[in-house]
Amino acid sequence: MIRQNLLLAAWMLALTLIASGQEVDPRVRLIASKLRCPVCQNESVADSQSELSAQMRTLIRDRLAAGETEDQIVGYFVSRYGEWILLEPPRQGVLWLVWLAPAVALLGGAALVIAYLRRSVRPRAH
Amino acid sequence: MADSRTVMPRHPLPWAWIGMAAAVIPLLLVLASGLRRDPRALPSPLVGRLAPPFDLQLFSGGRLRSAELRGRLVVLNFWASWCVPACTDEAPALQTIWEKYRAKGVTVVGVNIQDREAPARAFIQRFGQTFPAGVDPRGLISIDYGVYGVPETYVIDRSGRTVYKYAGAVSEDLLAPVMAPLLKTR
Repeated sequence: MIRQNLLLAAWMLALTLIASGQEVDPRVRLIASKLRCPVCQNESVADSQSELSAQMRTLIRDRLAAGETEDQIVGYFVSRYGEWILLEPPRQGVLWLVWLAPAVALLGGAALVIAYLRRSVRPRAH
Repeated sequence: MADSRTVMPRHPLPWAWIGMAAAVIPLLLVLASGLRRDPRALPSPLVGRLAPPFDLQLFSGGRLRSAELRGRLVVLNFWASWCVPACTDEAPALQTIWEKYRAKGVTVVGVNIQDREAPARAFIQRFGQTFPAGVDPRGLISIDYGVYGVPETYVIDRSGRTVYKYAGAVSEDLLAPVMAPLLKTR
């Protein structure tokens, strides 16, 4: 009974995803979610409803079926569109700054607040 | 009732300010360099490299393979009939370039993408385009060329190398200086 319900739930989820134009194959979705839709504003190829994104998802599916790995497929899109196509900047070289800056800013801000409170609020000397 | 603690006057914290500046200034520089870039000037990793081969299904019937164009300068234009006004603006210029430069070794090729056949054919007829034009129904050619939107135009030299990419409506004035030095070399 439980198994039947689970199957039904999975089937309904798949139907919902198909109806909303979302990619059902998790491997295609994973790769598409890393790529920026070229004709959208800050939307991934996985989420975009544009025709170009749909064509890109089909291409990802075909390349996976042809036996290519995730890295090879992502590499193909980077070779055509440049690193711009990646939603996340690659963690290399000067781009590490973009990744580390929020953590540095958070720690720096915390240090600043602690230092400020320690200096400004002191027990009165008797 | 007196508070057992008192607020001291604010002291400057030089080391903290220096630390913050050291963290913030490089980040601002990175962001500023990003803002200075023209988002319309799309850098293509293909420029300077061999152009991806294509096999185009022509509206006139038959196919056009990129290998057949080796030795000629190719103006490869990606377009759609719904792309107004950019594609309609450049359509007469592409036909003019085809007519004026065909004998000098230039082939204009139109690749219709993200479109439907009937309006695409009507577009070609409306502008009296006679250069080879075909359809890329699955977007394989456009993705292979890293096309973002329409119109986009590539210039491919006689040896099959991509030398130029432009996003937006092209004109004869824009392409003539790009083609001139390439036509001199054999």
